[in-house]
Amino acid sequence: MIEIPGLFNYWVVVFLMMAGFYVVISQGNLVKKLVGLGLFQASVFILYITMGNLSGGQAPIVTEGVFVYSNPLPHVLILTAIVVGVATTAVGLALVVRIHEAYGTVEEDEIHSLDMADEETPRKGDDRPGESRE
Amino acid sequence: MTLLDHLPVLVVLIPLMTAPLCVLVDRPRASWIMALAAAWLSFASAIALALTVATSGTLTYQLGGWPPPWGIEYRIDTLASYVVLIVTAMAALVMLFAKESVASEIPERRIARFYASLMLAFAGLVGIVATGDAFNVFVFLEISSLASYALISMGRDRRALNAAFQYLVMGTIGATFILIGIGFLYMMTGTLNMLDLAARLPEVSDSRTVRAGFAFLTVGIGLKLAMFPLHLWLPNAYAYAPSAVTAFLAATATKVAVYVMLRFMLEVFGADFSLGAMPLDLILMGLGLIGIIMASLVAVFQDDIKRMLAYSSVAQIGYMLLGIGLASATGVGAAILHIFNHALMKGALFLALGAVAYRIGAVTLGDFAGLGKRMPWTMAAIAIGGLSLIGVPPTVGFVSKWYLVLATLEQGLWPIAVLILIGSLLALVYIWRLIEAAYFGAVAADAPEVREAPASMLIPIWILVAANIYFGINTDISVGAAMQAATMLMGDGG
Repeated sequence: MIEIPGLFNYWVVVFLMMAGFYVVISQGNLVKKLVGLGLFQASVFILYITMGNLSGGQAPIVTEGVFVYSNPLPHVLILTAIVVGVATTAVGLALVVRIHEAYGTVEEDEIHSLDMADEETPRKGDDRPGESRE
Repeated sequence: MTLLDHLPVLVVLIPLMTAPLCVLVDRPRASWIMALAAAWLSFASAIALALTVATSGTLTYQLGGWPPPWGIEYRIDTLASYVVLIVTAMAALVMLFAKESVASEIPERRIARFYASLMLAFAGLVGIVATGDAFNVFVFLEISSLASYALISMGRDRRALNAAFQYLVMGTIGATFILIGIGFLYMMTGTLNMLDLAARLPEVSDSRTVRAGFAFLTVGIGLKLAMFPLHLWLPNAYAYAPSAVTAFLAATATKVAVYVMLRFMLEVFGADFSLGAMPLDLILMGLGLIGIIMASLVAVFQDDIKRMLAYSSVAQIGYMLLGIGLASATGVGAAILHIFNHALMKGALFLALGAVAYRIGAVTLGDFAGLGKRMPWTMAAIAIGGLSLIGVPPTVGFVSKWYLVLATLEQGLWPIAVLILIGSLLALVYIWRLIEAAYFGAVAADAPEVREAPASMLIPIWILVAANIYFGINTDISVGAAMQAATMLMGDGG
C-alpha cells in the first residue's frame, strides 16, 4: 500500500469543510443548501476518522503478532455523528417539502419576496432595517 | 441501589421514554396526559436531586456501571441541579398551559407527535445539563435541536417553516463546530470526560490545536445561545413557533446553551485559560454589550409582540454574557442568577402572549388595544412580567440587574454599568408601548367579543408571575445557589 503523506487527510477535511460552508452560504436553493450542509458535516467525519488512525495500525481485534491498533473510539463516536447527520438531512428535507407545499418554490429569494408581500397586504407596509434582514 | 440513586439519569430518561409512547398511543388527550405526567415526574426528580446536591454535594452516576473516564458519567453539581430545576419546572408549567393552546394551534392529527417532539426537546435539554461527557453534550444538543426544528415548523403561519429551516442550517453549523472543537480536545488529551479533560488540558493548553478547539467551541456555542452577531435565527423562530413552544424554548433552550458555555469555558478550559490567556472576557463583554443595546433598539420598533420579546431575549442573553465576561465570581454569579430569573420572566410573558393568541388569534400591537379591560388577568401578568424585564423592584429582574451592576462597579467599570441602565431604559420603552396600547388604547368598534383566558392557562402564568415577585423579595434561594455555583466554577480555575 502506498503511504499517504502525513497531513493529506487534514487538507481534504479543510477543503471539504470550506466547500460545504461556501455552498450553504452562497446557494439560494434550499436543497442545495442541505447538500452543502451534508458536505460540511462529512468533512468532520473524516477529521474524526483520521485522528483515530495510526500509521500501520490494525483493526482493534486482539490477535497474535499485532501490536499496533487504531483507536476505535473516534470511529465509534463518528458513527453516532453520522446518524445525527442523517437525521438532520431528513428533517431538513422534510422541511423543504413542506416549504414547497406552502410556497410553491424552494428558492430563498422567491420565498422572501412572498413573505414580504404577505406582510404588506394585511398591515401597512413598514420595511424596517432590523426586520428585513435575513 | 435504590431508585434514589438513579435520579440523575431518571430525570433524562422519563421524558425520553415518553416520546415514543406518545407516538404509539397517537391520541391527543392521552399523549398530553403522558407528557404532563412525565414533565411533573421529571420536575419532582429534579427537586429531589437539588435537595440531595444541596445536602451531600455533587452526585455522579455511571451509565451501565462503567467507571469514568471510560464510561459516560452523569454529574450533577450545584450549577447543574440549579439549571435542571429551571428546565423541568418550565416544562411542567408549559405542559399545564399547553393543552388548550396546542389544541387551538395544532391540527388534531399532529398533536400526539407534537408532544413527542416536545418531550424529545425536553429530554435533550435536561441531558445536556446532566451529562459529564463532552461528546454526550453534542448528542443531546442534536436531540433537542432536531426536535425543536420540528416543533417550530408546526407554527400556524407558513413563515414558521422557513424560520425552522434557517434555524436548522445555523443550528447544524453551530453543533458541527462544537463537534470539531470536541474532536480537537480529544486529539490532545485522549479523553472526553469533562473532569478528566479539565485535569489534562492545562499541560497541553499552549498548543494551536487546543486554541483552535477553543475557538470552534466558542463560535459553536455562541450560535446555539444566540450571541449577538449569531442571533439571526432566533427572532423568526420564536415569532412563528406555536405559543407553547416559544414559551418553553425561550425559557430553557438558550439558557441551557449558556450553561454549556459556562461548563466548557470555566470548567473544562478553566477560567485562567479562557478568560485570562484567551481574550474571551473581552469578546463576551463587547458582544454582550452590543447585543443588549442593538437588540433592545430593534425590539422597540417591532409590531409583532412575540418578535419584540424575541429580540428582547437576545438582549437578555447579552446580560448573561456580560456577566461571564466580567470574569469575577460576582459577575458569573449574576449571569447564573439571570439564567433563572430570565426563565421566570420570559416564561410568564410568552405564556401570557400564548393566552392572548388563544383568544384573539394574533399578537400584533394593534390587537392589544384596550385588552387591559377585556383580559385583565392576562394583561396584568404581562405588565408584571414586563416590569420584571425592565428590572423594577421587587421583581426578579431587579435582583439580577442589581448583582450585574454590582459586579461592574466592583471592577470600577462604571461606563458598563451606565450601558446596563440604558438597556433597562430601552426595555422600558418597548414594554411601555405594549402597556399603553393595552390600558390606554381604545377598542376598535368592530372588535370581536373577547373573554378572559381559561383557568388552565391562567394558573401556570400566575404561578410564574408569583415566582417573579417571590424570588424578587426572598432572594436567599436563587442568589445563594447562583453564587455558590459561581464560586465553584471560578474556584476551579484558581
